[in-house]
Amino acid sequence: MGILEISHVTLRLDGRPILNDLSLDLWEGHVHAIIGPNGAGKSTLASTIMGLPGYTQYEGDILLDGESLKGIPVHERARRGITLAWQEPARFEGLPVQRFITAGAKDKTRKHAAEALETLGLEPQKYLGRSVDKTLSGGERKRVELASILAMDPRIVLMDEPDSGIDVEALEKIFEALKQLKERGVTVVLITHSLTVLDRADHAFLMCHGTLLDKGNVEKIGGYFRNKCLPCDHINRPQKEEIQ
Amino acid sequence: MSTQNVVAELLKSIGVNPDHPFGDDVARIQVHQNHVVGIHLIPGLKVEADETKDGIAAHLLVEEGAVLKKPVHICFGVLPEEGLQHIQLNIDIRQDSKASILAHCTFPNAKQVEHVMDAQITVGPRAHYAYFERHVHGPYGGVQVIPNAKIVVHEGAEFSTEFELIKGRAGTIKFDYEAECRARSILEMTARINGRENDIIVIQETAHLIGEAARGALTSHIALRDSARAEVFNTLTANAPRARGHVDCKEIVVGQAVAKAVPIVEVMHPTAHVTHEAAIGSVDSKQLQTLLARGLDEEEATDLIIEGLLSKKTAFSSTLPLS
Repeated sequence: MGILEISHVTLRLDGRPILNDLSLDLWEGHVHAIIGPNGAGKSTLASTIMGLPGYTQYEGDILLDGESLKGIPVHERARRGITLAWQEPARFEGLPVQRFITAGAKDKTRKHAAEALETLGLEPQKYLGRSVDKTLSGGERKRVELASILAMDPRIVLMDEPDSGIDVEALEKIFEALKQLKERGVTVVLITHSLTVLDRADHAFLMCHGTLLDKGNVEKIGGYFRNKCLPCDHINRPQKEEIQ
Repeated sequence: MSTQNVVAELLKSIGVNPDHPFGDDVARIQVHQNHVVGIHLIPGLKVEADETKDGIAAHLLVEEGAVLKKPVHICFGVLPEEGLQHIQLNIDIRQDSKASILAHCTFPNAKQVEHVMDAQITVGPRAHYAYFERHVHGPYGGVQVIPNAKIVVHEGAEFSTEFELIKGRAGTIKFDYEAECRARSILEMTARINGRENDIIVIQETAHLIGEAARGALTSHIALRDSARAEVFNTLTANAPRARGHVDCKEIVVGQAVAKAVPIVEVMHPTAHVTHEAAIGSVDSKQLQTLLARGLDEEEATDLIIEGLLSKKTAFSSTLPLS
């Protein structure tokens, strides 16, 4: 069943179309991947769904449970269950990990924060008293951010490049969190250009130049991306016959 | 009000239960206006305090080689709405000693209170001295805090001072600290202040690294809302071989508030090295968007970011039982 519908969305930044009449449906409880080359508009799509500043003036519509999100501010979208994990999470000087993790959670207890950290393979005793600042590595911050998302119990999680800047061990922990989100029935959107990440999805969309080129099962989209997109010499200038 | 009641009120205002204040192993000095209302000393610590017309003149000495295991608690306060408190303080931390002070300055009802401190601080060779000062102000903004300190940190000594004013209205704060750091000494000066409405904050911190391999760090973290104003003048000079210094000034400005930072860094030796970073502006957009995406509205998110900036404690204050 569809939970989020992107309907003919066109978004221009500095007069240049970044999303071009894009339409796709996200199914509830599924892990979706949106794969495409750099500059395809994948992160822009995530920012537009989240309603971040600068990404609100789009044509077309985005519907959550059939209801338009136009004019709905970021925090209200989050309260309705949509959230975003950044490719490079922010640092918060002085802000304790526990306060950060429970910021958007109903349950603000240390126990709740500790459980979320454990899911991400981070020892609570070692991390709860620390700050979300430069003393955490990029991979640690990424896992702490995902812990904050688990703690808020969302309905839709947009994960922008979950494998960027982290080691293999951290990626495995992120995949474990992904599994837990799926078990909870959360809809996940993996924004990626990695075939490793794509493999964790149930279903995939292929984007190029702000347009949906294809959609379908992971093997089919992965094969197309590997064979056609990676060696492509006209990246983000898709030929007419390639557009669905 | 009896002396006992004054002490109880002072302690209550800083969140300490007057029925269970401190153990006998904790030295303490409590001053209300120009009266010393409580004092308890431990071996290694000597205090002479004279009441003056508008405050006290005190000499605090930590004896050579003495190690005070627990922080000395000092409480300066003015409970009425109006008053002047002038503290003249001579702090002498003798060589090879180790001491720390947890100070509370409390003005919970202030509508027109002036708190002036003139301090001379000497940290003897190889001594360690840490000073944490938390201000507790009421909601009216009627406090003027004017601390001045001249500090000498001798060879191999370590000194850290931290000023915190987060709850209540800052009122007017103008402080001026100047330190001289001798060979292999370490100095850390930190201020964390939350200003709102028409509060005025002026910070002048100066450190001179005059001894070989002396190290100094000046840190100011300030949040300003409404029409509050702040000016931070951090000066760090280094004229000795291998001296190292850093100036860090971060100010978050919300609403009509105005912030100014003037870091002055002067290096007069080819092997000395001093760095500075200053960041003044509104709340970082990525931090804000992250918290908005967790469902906090803009005001809640801003408050949390500011709480983080202002709660960043030093190695010493993070060990104190402050909550």
